[in-house]
Amino acid sequence: MTINEIQDELIEEFELFDDWEGKYEYIIDLGKKLPKLADEHKTEENIIKGCQSIVWLNAYLEGDKLIFEADSEAIIVKGLVSMLLKVLSGHTPEEVLKADLYFINRVGLSSHLAQTRSNGLASMVKQMKAFALAFQLIEENK
Amino acid sequence: MLDIQKIRADFPILEEKINGKDLVYFDNAATTQKPLPVLNALANYYGHYNANIHRGIHHLAEKATSAFEASRKTIQKFLNAKYTEEIIFTYGTTDGINLVAQTYGRAFLKEGDEIIISTMEHHSNIVPWQMLCEQNGCVLKVIPINDNGELILEEYEKLLSEKTKFVSVVHVSNSLGTINPVKYIIEKAHEVGAKVLIDGAQATSHLNIDVQDLNTDFYVFSAHKLYGPTGMGALYGKKEILEAMPPYRGGGEMIKEVTFEKTTYNELPYKFEAGTPNIADVIAVKTAIEYIEELGKENVAAYENELLAYATEQLSKIEGLKIIGQAKEKVSVISFVIDGIHPQDIGVILDQQGIAVRTGHHCTQPLMKRFGIPGTSRASFAVYNTKEEIDKLVLGIEKVKKMVL
Repeated sequence: MTINEIQDELIEEFELFDDWEGKYEYIIDLGKKLPKLADEHKTEENIIKGCQSIVWLNAYLEGDKLIFEADSEAIIVKGLVSMLLKVLSGHTPEEVLKADLYFINRVGLSSHLAQTRSNGLASMVKQMKAFALAFQLIEENK
Repeated sequence: MLDIQKIRADFPILEEKINGKDLVYFDNAATTQKPLPVLNALANYYGHYNANIHRGIHHLAEKATSAFEASRKTIQKFLNAKYTEEIIFTYGTTDGINLVAQTYGRAFLKEGDEIIISTMEHHSNIVPWQMLCEQNGCVLKVIPINDNGELILEEYEKLLSEKTKFVSVVHVSNSLGTINPVKYIIEKAHEVGAKVLIDGAQATSHLNIDVQDLNTDFYVFSAHKLYGPTGMGALYGKKEILEAMPPYRGGGEMIKEVTFEKTTYNELPYKFEAGTPNIADVIAVKTAIEYIEELGKENVAAYENELLAYATEQLSKIEGLKIIGQAKEKVSVISFVIDGIHPQDIGVILDQQGIAVRTGHHCTQPLMKRFGIPGTSRASFAVYNTKEEIDKLVLGIEKVKKMVL
């Protein structure tokens, strides 16, 4: 599936919720299901700056696809980052760089994008794109 | 007895709906909401007598100047300072501490001199002193606390010596609510000849402040935690100390005479007030103080203590919830953690229910480290809060537990 197809699917899933509780229970559930990040990747460099809770993000290339893995000590943040992984992990660095993450607005989570330092969804997206750019440059220079 | 419903009607923001729910505002230790008279004072100044103060000879300038200086008088009485010129307007508590560190500190502290702060200080009462230590080679010493969140006074006394030149401690902890025995701390510091600054940011809305009785050398606070506007605060300093201190920022207002060869400085308090000050907010703080005094500080404190006791009782019933900061002397601040739930998750889910609390380290990272936690959730109560709102918080927390655990 393309990044946009995954986004559209997420938007459809969120349309089923008619209140905040359902929506947040879903996000919490995603957070609980996200596999734990191996301790060796919970390094200082992998911590995303600008979040109230600690969020670790790791990335590596598998073939030409960029794979992200992440973890957080807060469950809602973990759910949010899990959604980002769902959308962006497994695509080429170029696709990740070009991605327009319209689903965040459409599923009603844009308040989490605000630069309040509290949820740091914006910082996560920024960090994922930074990884994509770094891997793209490495590939180009090979 | 206070008529809380009548008080609530004075705060238009309390009618706001958050995520479709009635706002429950429990973030008062961060900033309090502003009553209508304060909002009106701001609008009235800008709408009817906005002018730059001092030196203007026209009608508006004179009117603005006298309102501005009337505020200084009000703050003098509010703190029971001896002289009006002992009140310096600042941008807030942080600004006041920086002013003292960079003027008194740079002029009178030297290498090897010791500055004492405490474990429960806000970053704004840590960093300015660390900066001074880097500049002057002073040494920072820290008073430890016990598990209840109280200063260990025996340890404080052990830290005191002839090397101690300055003690800067918080009157009321923003994270824990602890009221520190500042009068005793000041007395002990003076015995070794040290000067003392008290950070009153969290104290002025809850306690009666008498700087002469405390015999403190400096006292700082912010208006916005006192039902007044943001960006405005005051520094109290003993007159003879302020007079001996070099000026802080240079610019207009703080000078007597300027030539390219030499500038002479204005007298107190203007020596420390360079540039056009925050006129509107200074004027409005008078209204805020009058508002509180009309309610009666004792009445406010009694009511807030009632809310604190009720909240402590109700929150203690929640399984897995632990209150951080259980000092005997406390203001209406409750910090708590819940087993297995990150404070941020608590904050986000409470916000969905219209309840505003603060989560995180509350700008007291060393204190959080002392308790071995990443942060807390903090509910802090003001005079317009109610027991019904505390009941909503309890239900809200139960919902957090249900959803997350």
